[in-house]
Amino acid sequence: MGDYRVLNTRAPRVDGPAKATGQAKYADDFKMPGMLYAAILQSPVAHARILHIDTSKAKKLPGVKAVVTSKEAGLIKYGVSPARYDETLFAHDKVRYVGDEIAAVAAFNQDTAQEALSLIKVDYEELPAVFDMFEAMKEGAPQIHDEFPGNMNAEVHQEFGDTEAALESCDLVVDHTFLNKRQDAAFIEPHSCLAVFEPTGRLTLYTSTQVPHYVMRTVAMTLQIPVGNVRVVKPYVGGGFGPKCEATPLEMSCGLLSKITGRPVKMSYSREQVFLHSRARHQFFAEMSLGVMKDGTMVALKNKAVLDGGAYTSFGIATVYYSGSLLGGPYKLKSMKYDGYRVYTNKPACGAQRGHGGVAHRACFEQLIDMTAEKIGMDPVDMRLKNIMTTGDMTVNELDMSSLGMKECIEAIRSGSDWNNKKGKLPRGKGIGMACGFFVSGAGYPIYRSDTYHSTVVIKLSEDGGMANVLTGSAEIGQGSDTTMAMIAAETLGIKLENVRVYSGDTDYSVDLGAYSSRQTLMTGHATKEAAEEIKSKIALYLSEELDVPVASITFGDGIVKFDGGPGNFDKLRTSYIKEHRGWTDPPSGEYLTFREAARLAYLKAGTIVGTGKYKPPKLGGSYKGAAVGTSPAYGCSAQIVEVSVDLETGQITVDGMTDAHDCGLAINKMSVEGQMQGSLSMGLGECLFEEVKFDSRGRIINPSLGEYKIPTALDMPKIKSIIVESNEPNGPYGAKEVGEGAIMPTIPAMLNAIYDATGVRVNELPVTSERLFMALKKKEEGV
Amino acid sequence: MKKTIQLTINGEPVEAAVSTNQTLVQFLRDDLGLTGTKHGCGLGDCGACTVILDGKAVNSCLVLAVQADGGEILTIEGLAENGKLHPLQQAFVDKGAIQCGFCTPGMILSAKALLDEKPNPTELEIRTAISGNLCRCTGYQKIVEAIGEAAEVIRVREES
Repeated sequence: MGDYRVLNTRAPRVDGPAKATGQAKYADDFKMPGMLYAAILQSPVAHARILHIDTSKAKKLPGVKAVVTSKEAGLIKYGVSPARYDETLFAHDKVRYVGDEIAAVAAFNQDTAQEALSLIKVDYEELPAVFDMFEAMKEGAPQIHDEFPGNMNAEVHQEFGDTEAALESCDLVVDHTFLNKRQDAAFIEPHSCLAVFEPTGRLTLYTSTQVPHYVMRTVAMTLQIPVGNVRVVKPYVGGGFGPKCEATPLEMSCGLLSKITGRPVKMSYSREQVFLHSRARHQFFAEMSLGVMKDGTMVALKNKAVLDGGAYTSFGIATVYYSGSLLGGPYKLKSMKYDGYRVYTNKPACGAQRGHGGVAHRACFEQLIDMTAEKIGMDPVDMRLKNIMTTGDMTVNELDMSSLGMKECIEAIRSGSDWNNKKGKLPRGKGIGMACGFFVSGAGYPIYRSDTYHSTVVIKLSEDGGMANVLTGSAEIGQGSDTTMAMIAAETLGIKLENVRVYSGDTDYSVDLGAYSSRQTLMTGHATKEAAEEIKSKIALYLSEELDVPVASITFGDGIVKFDGGPGNFDKLRTSYIKEHRGWTDPPSGEYLTFREAARLAYLKAGTIVGTGKYKPPKLGGSYKGAAVGTSPAYGCSAQIVEVSVDLETGQITVDGMTDAHDCGLAINKMSVEGQMQGSLSMGLGECLFEEVKFDSRGRIINPSLGEYKIPTALDMPKIKSIIVESNEPNGPYGAKEVGEGAIMPTIPAMLNAIYDATGVRVNELPVTSERLFMALKKKEEGV
Repeated sequence: MKKTIQLTINGEPVEAAVSTNQTLVQFLRDDLGLTGTKHGCGLGDCGACTVILDGKAVNSCLVLAVQADGGEILTIEGLAENGKLHPLQQAFVDKGAIQCGFCTPGMILSAKALLDEKPNPTELEIRTAISGNLCRCTGYQKIVEAIGEAAEVIRVREES
């Protein structure tokens, strides 16, 4: 690790004071003169033909400024992946889930907009609906999209090596199945958007999104506005976790209504609408076989996935690929076979959520490893260590582990949790379990096929030289990316963190694909570093000319400039700087030339000093179909140990402690790294123990609130011991890589393995409510 | 129908005509522009709209504006004094207790109500006091640490 002044510290977030004082503005905090309030009409039925829509009464309601349906919006198909554009802004021929959007209204206040919705009359012819993914695959099931017979949205078949033959050759093959439940991301800020269409033809959206760039593209396409006239601005965002990774009907409706009325239009989803929009974690069914040798060597993995996709594709194509590709590591395998099926049902569409596509299958796989270890009489930690990949290894599906501190993570949690003195030695009702996982540091390819840069960054110095302004389209959504970029810029320029300001989340600032697939630290980080380096070399060039010294003799650091390691002769520069800034409060002082003076000189020579940086990954991955999904310039990895107590009379689980180690490469900001690790564990704990979006027999969500859909509270979370493991990632800026999603991978299986250790019961369906565990315990007692 | 209410908000007297069905969070955000109070669910589930009303932390989405008539309200905007962060705010910043920040105002005010009553809370008391404030980002650990640290800072300050 290098000798850093800003990086690798525990830096308070640059946006901390704004957020702690309530000054930070989120989309719903904006208001504009003449602003209209909008609302969306959503289908009350799960599957029906639309026979007729009558908006005449709504249009006549005083205060209503516009009512739009597919007639006004058109039928341009959109989605996430161009290969599966299967949505239109408003349903026109049929509705496919309870919540499908039919019309939108803009009115002078919210109450009027809501009242207008109630005056829109829609005649439906109800169709048979299907809510279960296995039912949807059966012959004769109701067809949701004509283009996709059998409701088969996407199929993936991949094989590396001869898996059947490899399994045959094994000493032992163990099988397991696993079923999770549909999740809601439960970010605390509901989606909100303010659209402003100007007479010039320009549309600006202030919206709660993770991906301003993709929203800009989709909105331009669906509203038929030249993309150069669409600007997306992301104010502070109250959490995303995946579902805010795509353009929403809310954003498009606001844009359309603003275009039609010429007035600013705002809309916010209610909490129920957040559940209806969904795009969160799929339900996955996993079926797996793991073949090993007697000594614990893993040989072959057979993996099948069925995903309940809901009514539209959203991110689902990537999801169904990830469920296979993300099992290629971190253990060495000789062969791996994957068959994945994503199925349409009449429910809200599922999409990406933290640990995209990997979480449920990782849970199944890591349970399977423990089951296998038990059968061959091996300690689960030892079994994993025996098969672990290390830096430089390539997975069977050609993912390059250019750095991998997986072994170090396992060793850190083993000692950090006192595993050796606990495993196998705890009384009945107490258990300890472990698991591992890894994740991409940014998807290797954009969502749409393109040679685009994934990130560009502009750094512009203030004319007095005292401030570096970083302009980026990247999305600060709470993970701390603004602080990360400020730190990278400060370190590279050799100035203090307080002398960097970050302007982010605006498509006018730069190109950035946004906050998904744990990509910004690596990708935006690279571009930020490159932009700062360009600034530095420009300043060095002008200094060299002015002072007649070689460029190579000039170094930057700690806010000062050195010449051959010494102060050099810069009296002339200082005198003129002080003269120019007479009366200012902070004249430069000290025996060395300050960065500020040097930057001022550069400005006087060349005008505003700007540096630009860019990043796109090199070509990654194999040449097989779907090889792109799972590729990344780098992989973060994580190992966790969980300790639980189970009340054997009731099945009630208490999580007593969690020990977590994550390899994030160089930890740019240790405090933020821990924050990501701890947040991941809490989301994993919730999914494991409580979370399930439930439906009634007609496809209506029965728990669309944060009271009935339970996420962890402060009382549910145990003390977490977070251990940062730092490898040096050659493809990351300053050796850094991801932490935001890899950290959730081991949580569920570590908990399930601990529950097994405590009870002798192997639970293979989430959530592990006390009722589910109680029934399983009872079954075991009865010997069923 | 509108009714006139008089109350004190962040130390300032406020008189306003409000609809009788208007919630306190709507009044604060829409009428007064105090958008530091967040609207997360409208059902009292998430705690993002927590303000302190007459010394107690309340979900302002479950209180009608007319019910606050005559009351004394503290919102997040009223916590810093003379541009200096309150110890709770400072500790949240310093300890990494803030990520997306949407739960932060409510979280800080729940903590403030706790510390006003119990200057030396146990960890369980801290966790209980904020158990009505949901946070999806942090896993709560750094929030609990920050509240503990702020309690210490306030105690030391008051002793000296």
